[in-house]
Formats: sequence, C-alpha cells, structure tokens
Amino acid sequence: MKGVKLEFDDIQHILLTRAPAITGRYEFLSFRNAAGGRAWLSAILEKVHSAAAVRASVGKDKRWVSVAFTWNGLRALGVDDTSLATFPEEFKQGMVARAEILGDSGANHPKNWVDNTASPELHAIVILFAKDPAERGRCESEHKKLIAQGEGVEVLSSLDLEAVPPLGYAHDHFGYRDRLSEPAIEGSGDEPRPGFGGSVKAGEFILGYPDEDGPPANLPQPEILSRNGSYMAYRRLQEHVGAFRDFLRQHGETPEEQELVAAKLMGRWRSGAPLVLAPHKDDPELGADMQRTNDFNYKEMDPHGYAVPLGAHIRRMNPRDTAANMNRRRMIRRGAPYGPHLPEGAPEDGKERGIASFIICASLVRQFEFAQNVWINDKNFHELGNERDPIIGKQDGTLEYKIPMRPIRKKITGLPAFTTLRGGAYFFLPGLKALRYLASLGTPR
Amino acid sequence: MSDTPKQNDWTKPAAMAIPKGGFFKDKVEQGRYGPIFPKSPACYGFTIIAKIKPGREDAVRGYGNKIEETIKGLPEALEVLQLHYLRWVLFDINKETYFMYQGIFDTDFDKYTEDAVALFGKYGINTVFENLEGFPEDWKTNPTAFVKFVREHQCPSFLEYGEYPYVSAKEIKKALKLKAAFSEALDQMQ
Repeated sequence: MKGVKLEFDDIQHILLTRAPAITGRYEFLSFRNAAGGRAWLSAILEKVHSAAAVRASVGKDKRWVSVAFTWNGLRALGVDDTSLATFPEEFKQGMVARAEILGDSGANHPKNWVDNTASPELHAIVILFAKDPAERGRCESEHKKLIAQGEGVEVLSSLDLEAVPPLGYAHDHFGYRDRLSEPAIEGSGDEPRPGFGGSVKAGEFILGYPDEDGPPANLPQPEILSRNGSYMAYRRLQEHVGAFRDFLRQHGETPEEQELVAAKLMGRWRSGAPLVLAPHKDDPELGADMQRTNDFNYKEMDPHGYAVPLGAHIRRMNPRDTAANMNRRRMIRRGAPYGPHLPEGAPEDGKERGIASFIICASLVRQFEFAQNVWINDKNFHELGNERDPIIGKQDGTLEYKIPMRPIRKKITGLPAFTTLRGGAYFFLPGLKALRYLASLGTPR
Repeated sequence: MSDTPKQNDWTKPAAMAIPKGGFFKDKVEQGRYGPIFPKSPACYGFTIIAKIKPGREDAVRGYGNKIEETIKGLPEALEVLQLHYLRWVLFDINKETYFMYQGIFDTDFDKYTEDAVALFGKYGINTVFENLEGFPEDWKTNPTAFVKFVREHQCPSFLEYGEYPYVSAKEIKKALKLKAAFSEALDQMQ
C-alpha cells in the first residue's frame, strides 16, 4: 500500500534508526513485583526515544535507550491473562523452549548460557547505546540509582558493548565488515539500495501495518499494547577468534590465501566486498560503497557458487533470487560487539568476546526461527548434504564446507565451531504509547 | 531435518515400518509448528484425508483442471514445495465423499509452511481445501491454524518403500540432465 504513514513518534527508535554509537550496555532485569516493575518503567520510559525524536536530534544526542519485555515480563507487569493469550505461541514459550528448533544444543544449549537470560525470571531488557564510554558510565550510574530507588527491580546480568578497533567502520571480532544489508521499510523514508529488490512493507517489522501478505492480522490485544511494537530475538554469540585465525592459517599458506578462505566462509571479503562482484581479489572500495556492495544476485551471476559457495553465510542468510517469498523472511539486525579486541598475531587469551545482536521482526516463527531452522541449520540447504552455516550454524566438528572451484572443488572436513551462543531471549518491543499503557496498568482509569 | 547421510545408498532399495501415530518415539524432532514426521526411504510426504462439504465434489474435481492449467503456463509454480508427486483422490464412505491429498516431497513441510500457504493461495490449491469440512476460514493469515488442520487430517503411513531411497527430486533432475548432456555430446561426436 503506497502512502502508509508510520507513526514515527510512537515507534521505538531502535526499529528504524541506527544510533551513531561506539559503545553501549544491555541490562537484563527481573521484576520482583508488578508495582515495582511499573514504577521503574514509568521512570525509564521518559528516556526512551522514538524514531521521530532520534531523527530530529541527529548529532545532538549522546545516548539512546530502548526497553523490551519477555512474555513473563509482560505478565509480571500485570498484563491480564486474556491479553497474554493473544501473543504468538513462540513468544509465549520463549527462546529456551524453542532451543531444539533453533539448533541451540550442545555447547549452545541454554543450560550453558552465562547471563541468566535462560531464567524464567528474565522480564525485561534495557538497551543503551552511547556516543562514548564516559556517557555510558554516566547512564550506567543513573540507572543504578533508579533501580536503587525502589525494591521492585533486580539486575540479572549486564553486558558492556565496545566497537572493535579500528573504529572507522563497524565490524566484528573476526574482522568482517558489519551492517551491510538492511531492508528498506516502506514509508520509513529510507530508499532501498541497489540489490535489495525494493522496499519491504512496514508490517513485516512493525505491528499494526499491512505486511507483504495484506492487512495486519492476529495482533496481540489490546491494540494499544501491540500497535507500533515488534519482536526481538536476542543472541549473544561468542566469537572464537583464536580458533578462527588458526583455521585460516591451516587452510591458507599465504596471507592472500587466508583472506580468500575467510571470504569463502562469509561470501564477502572481510572488507565487505561481495565475492560475486569481486571473486578473485579484495576490493575495499566496493565493500564500503553501499550503492554497490549489495547489487548482485545468485541465479544468473553465480548459480553454482564459484564465487560465493552455496553454503556461505551470506548466501544462507539472504538467498536473494534463489528463495521464494524473500520479503516474508526479512529481518532487521541491531547490536554491537562486546569483549576485548584480540590484536592480530596475539595468542587466544581465553576471554569472551563476540557480538550481541537483536533480530527484529513482526513474526519470530516466520522470520527469525525460519532463518535459524532452514537457512542456518538445515544440513541439506541447497542439497549440500552435510553442512551448516560456517559462521553461526550449529557446528560440532563433524560437518563439511564445500568451496566450488575449477577444476576440482575444495572440501573442508571437520569444520570447527567459530561461535558459541552464550545467551538469548525473545522480547516484545512496545511502542511508546504501549510503554505508558504498561506503566499505568493497575491504576484506576 | 532433511539430512542425506552418506550411508544412504541409492542403489539399495529400502523399506521403513513406521510406528502407530507416525513418529519414532525416541527421536521425534521438533519443527517450528510441532513435531516433524520422519523422513523415510520414500522421502517426506503427507496423506491428508478429509471429508468434503456436501455437494462440493464437482468443485473439488474442478481444481484438478485448474492445477493442470496453472502448471502448463507456469511450470515452476510449485517449485518451493520440492515435490516428487501429488496424488489427489476422491472416494466415498457411507455415501459421504472424502478427499485424499497425497504428496511426496523432499522437505519437511514445516520448513516451508508459510511459503506453502502463500503458494497454495496463489495457485488455488488451498482453495480446494475450503471445500473440506473443518478447514480454518482464516487460513490466509493464520499458518498455525492451517498447519493444525493438516496435522489433524494427516494419516501417517505405516510402511514406506523406496526403490532408490532418499534421493531428492533435485538430484534425480540433476542426474537426468547430466545424462542428457552426455548423450548429446556422444551424438555430436558421431
């Protein structure tokens, strides 16, 4: 539908904008009682920016706050059973109960998570992105004070975020450029970049708007609670940088060969340049050029995977023209790296580092869980037979990774796990009016 | 999950007896919409049997022609379902007419449920379901209800057999393509 008007002043900023932050902090909270939780929410919601507010004050803000709740959290705040029942099944169950579907077993199993996010007592998250460490420190102590004011809220865990040096562009601890593919939402004002197949209906990400299938349906009730809200899957993914670099050295004799191995796992050079457009040699300028770096397809340009292997991370996460109904599977990703940088050449220090992200979508089962279950962890994706996503798939050292090459393909056997899931949860990210509604539950209206 | 372990040797015909209920108790795998029916030597599949609404027999038969026409014009229309075969059957029990929808395919249905629902809507397969008793009226916006109907009307096999077990339609097509290319090359050499 053309001319859909998004309610920018009600939508939490994290859905539509990317804060120019280099640091941040997540705090995972539990409400000891409903009144205490609501008192905390009443205070914090003044700090939560809408998309409109963030857009209006670009360059001035130094911190950006978002708040979201688990299903248990909504109940803890006093949302009644009738309303709770209207939320989708997978959100009610939570990420822990969906572990098998998501491939979160073995080392990735919720029983091994380190941040209490597997606890049914997890009720809320407050997400802080900050311009600099000083601002983060200030906000952290402000929030500490707020929590100390009442007795209703307990911090289950927290995680500090740090951009990985060099700071010129966003990238993870492995060195891969990040934030390359972001769908343009219809009505958001963002122009779709070449290669994205146009903009996507707002209802794919924001509740209350038409989606790719038509008018909104089956929204949680009451409407004030769901409108302008969304769902977020949180994933705290440890990156085993030492093991990753060892692997590159094992499979490449020269630095150039090692770079190519890294590129073949991802489907892009670490600079971000896609192998479809730069198959033999890195092209950092292309990687950084947002107009060009996504402008490719697979069906015509690389059907057999000679550039991007069929099982490469970007080919699984966005099969482009080789999957049906792509616009029903889109997701918005937000987040940041955490943990200390491991300088090139330094030995593995055993410290946890990784990337802690939110996957934002209107339907966890149709978008996030589909991607986990089919694109990332289906061993037979593209008839590969014995592979999973080489970066974020469930790997236990028994699977392969095939790199089509002429005249003979290269097959890596016993691919190690480069990442381990250390925490996760499903959250509902309400609109600002919904936050106020939640804060006012239990008071006579 | 649609694994194809190496030990699956297509030269060795295989049969699988399936317990009552359709699942092997100790290895039921969870899909996004519930437990997944196991893959057999005859790949994945389902057999949905449901009573049709009285007087709808001709309407149901009409969809047979509709699908024929659709595929004629758009051969890849059902590609996402990764089908080998569809068999649609109408039969009577006690003067009531039943519809049997049997499909054999290479992906557990759960994986692509939403794609399938979208596709069914687009090409009219789903509308044949609207002639069945108990089919959810809100199927278009409610894949969960759609899946529930399918699961409730699924009659799991108790035996499945494959002369060339576990081979996917894609692999068969790839092999035939190779054969065709090879024959052509031989012909050109003469």
